[in-house]
Amino acid sequence: MSEGALDRTTRPGLWYAVPAMVFFGLFALVPLVFVVVLSFTHWNGLGDPQAAGLDNWQRIAADPTVLDSLRITVVLGVVCWLVQTPLSLLLGVWAAGHQRNRAVLSAVFFLPLLLSGAAVAIAWRSLLDPNFGLASVLGPLVGIPDGNLLGSGTSALMVIVVIVAWQFVPFHTLLYQAAARRIPQQLYEAARMDGANRLHQFRHITLPQLRNTIITSSLLMVVGSLTYFETILIVTDGGPGRATEVLPFRMYEAGFRSYEMGYGAAIASALVLIGTLLSLVMVRFSGFSKMRSTLEGL
Amino acid sequence: MTEFMLGRRRFMTASAAGLAVLGLAACGGGSDPTRDGATVWSLEDPVHNPIQEAAIEAFNQGASSRFRLETFANTAYAQRLRVSMGTPNAPSVFFNWGGASIRSYVEVDQVADLTDRLAADAAWRDSFLPAVLDAGRIDDRNYGIPLRGMQPVVLFYHTELFAENDLRPPANWAELLDLVDRFQAIGVTPFALAGSESWTQLMWLEYLVDRLGGEQVFERISAGEEGAWGDPAMIGALDRIGELVERGAFGTNFSSVNYGAGGASTLFAMGDAAMHLMGTWEYPNQLDQQPAFARDALGWTTFPVLEDGDGDPSAVVGNPTNYFSVNSAAADVEAAVEFLREHMNSDAYVDALIAAGDVPAITGLEDRLSTSPNAEYALFIYEMVQSAAAFTPSWDQALPPEVARIMLTTLQEVFLGERDAAGFVEVLESGT
Repeated sequence: MSEGALDRTTRPGLWYAVPAMVFFGLFALVPLVFVVVLSFTHWNGLGDPQAAGLDNWQRIAADPTVLDSLRITVVLGVVCWLVQTPLSLLLGVWAAGHQRNRAVLSAVFFLPLLLSGAAVAIAWRSLLDPNFGLASVLGPLVGIPDGNLLGSGTSALMVIVVIVAWQFVPFHTLLYQAAARRIPQQLYEAARMDGANRLHQFRHITLPQLRNTIITSSLLMVVGSLTYFETILIVTDGGPGRATEVLPFRMYEAGFRSYEMGYGAAIASALVLIGTLLSLVMVRFSGFSKMRSTLEGL
Repeated sequence: MTEFMLGRRRFMTASAAGLAVLGLAACGGGSDPTRDGATVWSLEDPVHNPIQEAAIEAFNQGASSRFRLETFANTAYAQRLRVSMGTPNAPSVFFNWGGASIRSYVEVDQVADLTDRLAADAAWRDSFLPAVLDAGRIDDRNYGIPLRGMQPVVLFYHTELFAENDLRPPANWAELLDLVDRFQAIGVTPFALAGSESWTQLMWLEYLVDRLGGEQVFERISAGEEGAWGDPAMIGALDRIGELVERGAFGTNFSSVNYGAGGASTLFAMGDAAMHLMGTWEYPNQLDQQPAFARDALGWTTFPVLEDGDGDPSAVVGNPTNYFSVNSAAADVEAAVEFLREHMNSDAYVDALIAAGDVPAITGLEDRLSTSPNAEYALFIYEMVQSAAAFTPSWDQALPPEVARIMLTTLQEVFLGERDAAGFVEVLESGT
C-alpha cells in the first residue's frame, strides 16, 4: 500500500469511472431511491401512488408471513453456505493442481455455470416429477420412497439447496482455484522438507492462504442467498404451502400477485437493509476490511 | 455494427424491464417508433394466435384504423399489462379473465364500458351465451367480449380402466368414495392431481362448496360478506377434501406433481390414475400429447351429486371464457369496439375456434358443433354450460388478487394435512 506514493506510472483519472458511475447511478441508485419512496405509499400499480406514511413498514413488523419468510431465508442461506463452501473449496484446490484429466473434468464441473438459472430450474422441475422423473430414483435414497421430494416443507427446501449448489458451486470453485494457484510453491516445498503430509499441508498452508477468498466467497454466498428467487418460483412456487417462501419471493407475491406495490417495495427495502448490514458485519468481524495480506513475511 | 446494435437494444430492453419492475415504466421508455400502430394484446398460444391474427387482418382491410397483434407468455402477461396501462405503450384491446382480473382497471376508468353499446345492438349481445357474457360483468356493467371457448371444469375418466374393472363413473358421493377404494385396491391412483400448483386443488373446493351450499356461498364470499368463509358448506367441503386425501384418493405424492410440465395429465393418460378433475383444456392437451389415449380411452362426465347438498347438481364451475376489453384511453376506442363487434362472433372466427377444439360461447351452435371433428365432446360441453343452473367463475380469478393468493396457499396446506377446515376459515377470515 505504501508503495503507491512511489509509483510513477500514470494512473487513470477519475473521469475513467464516469460511465460506470452514470450507469450505476441510473440503474442502481435512482431505482433504489424510488423503491424506498414507494415503500411509503399504497399503490396497486394503476393510477397514482397514495402516501401511506409508515403503514407498510409497520405491517412488515407485524406480518407473520414476512417473519416466516425471513426465517426460511436464513435457514436457506446457512444451509447453502454449509453445503457449498466445503465442496467448492475442495474442488477449487483440486482443480488448481496438475492431475491427469483435470482440465477435462474441470470443464465439466463448470458447465452448470453457463446455463441460465431459469433453464436449470425448468430442467430440475421435470426431473423432480415423482412418477416420471429422477425423483422416483433419488427419493428412496433419502428415505422418500414415493419420490415426493417437493411434497414436504423440509425436503422441498433441501431440493432448493441442492439445485442452488449445483448451479453456484462452479463459480465459487473458480474463485478457490484462482486463489489456490497463487499460493507460493516454496511454502509447500518447505513443508515437505519438514515432513508435512498432504493433510498437514492443506490445513496449515492452503487453508490459511485462502482466508481472504473464503471470506469473499462466503460474502457472495450469504448476500446472494438473499436474492434466491427464480429457482424457487419455477421449482416450488413457494410451496408446498409456504415452506419455501423466502423473502424475495414474498416481495414478488406482495408486488406482483397481490398488487400491493408499496408493501412489496417496503419488503424490498428491508432486504437491501439486511443485505447491507450483513455485509458490513461479515467484513468487520472477519478482519477483511484491514486487507491484511496472506503473503506477509514472504 | 449490427452486433453492437443488437447488444445495445438488448441492454436497453433489459434496462427498461428493470425500470418497469420498479414501477418506472412511464419514464423507462422502450417504445419503438418503427412499430407504430394500435395493438391487440393476447396470450401466446399457437392455436389461437393465428385465428386472432386472421380476424385482425380481416378488420384492417376495410378500416381506417389498423391493429396489430402482440402476444405474451401467460406468466408475464398480467404484470406486463399492469405496468403498461396508462403509458403510451398500452394496448387498445387486451385479453383478460374478466372479474377481479380487471376490476382495479375499471375502478380507475381504464376500461371502456360496453354496456350501452351492447344494449343498443341486441343482435350483437344475443349472439353470446348470456351466462358467459354476464360472468364477465363488473357491478352489472359489461367490460368484456368473449374471445374464445368456454372452460368449465369437467370430470375426465379413463374409459378402458373403468371397463376392465367393470366400473362406471361416480354419480354421487358414495360412489365416488367406493371408486377410491376400488382403484386403490388394484394399485391405481383414483384421481390424478397436480398438487404442486394449488389452482388444481381449488377446482375440488369450488365444486364441493357449490354442490353442498349452492352458488350463493361463493357469491357471499366474493361480495366480501363478513363470516362468508365460515359457511357450513365451506367447512363440509374442506372436511371432505381431508377425507379424500386421507383415503388416498390422490395417491401419496400428488404435491410434487405438476400440471404445466404434464405430470398429472401423463399419469392419467398412462392409466396410472383413473380420473382427472380439470378444465376443458385437458381435452385438446391430451389430443396433442397422447392422441391415442384421447381418441380411445378418454371419457368425460359431470361432477357427482352430493345427496345431502343444497346446490343444484347442474351448476358448473370454471372459467366462463376469456375476454377482450377495450382500453378507454386508447386513441381509437370506436375502432376497437367495431373490431370486437364485427369479428368476435363472425362465422369465420367461430368456425376456426370450433376447428381448433374450442367450444365458443356463441348461441345456436348445435349444428355447427355436431359436424366438428370432436362433435361428441364439444356438444357435451355446450349442453352442460347451456343447461347449467349457475356458472361460478374460478375463485382465484373472481376474488381480489391478495385474497386469491392467501386462499391458494392455505388450501394447499389443507391438502397437505397441515391445516383443517377451521384453520382454513380462520386464515381466510383474518386475511393474512
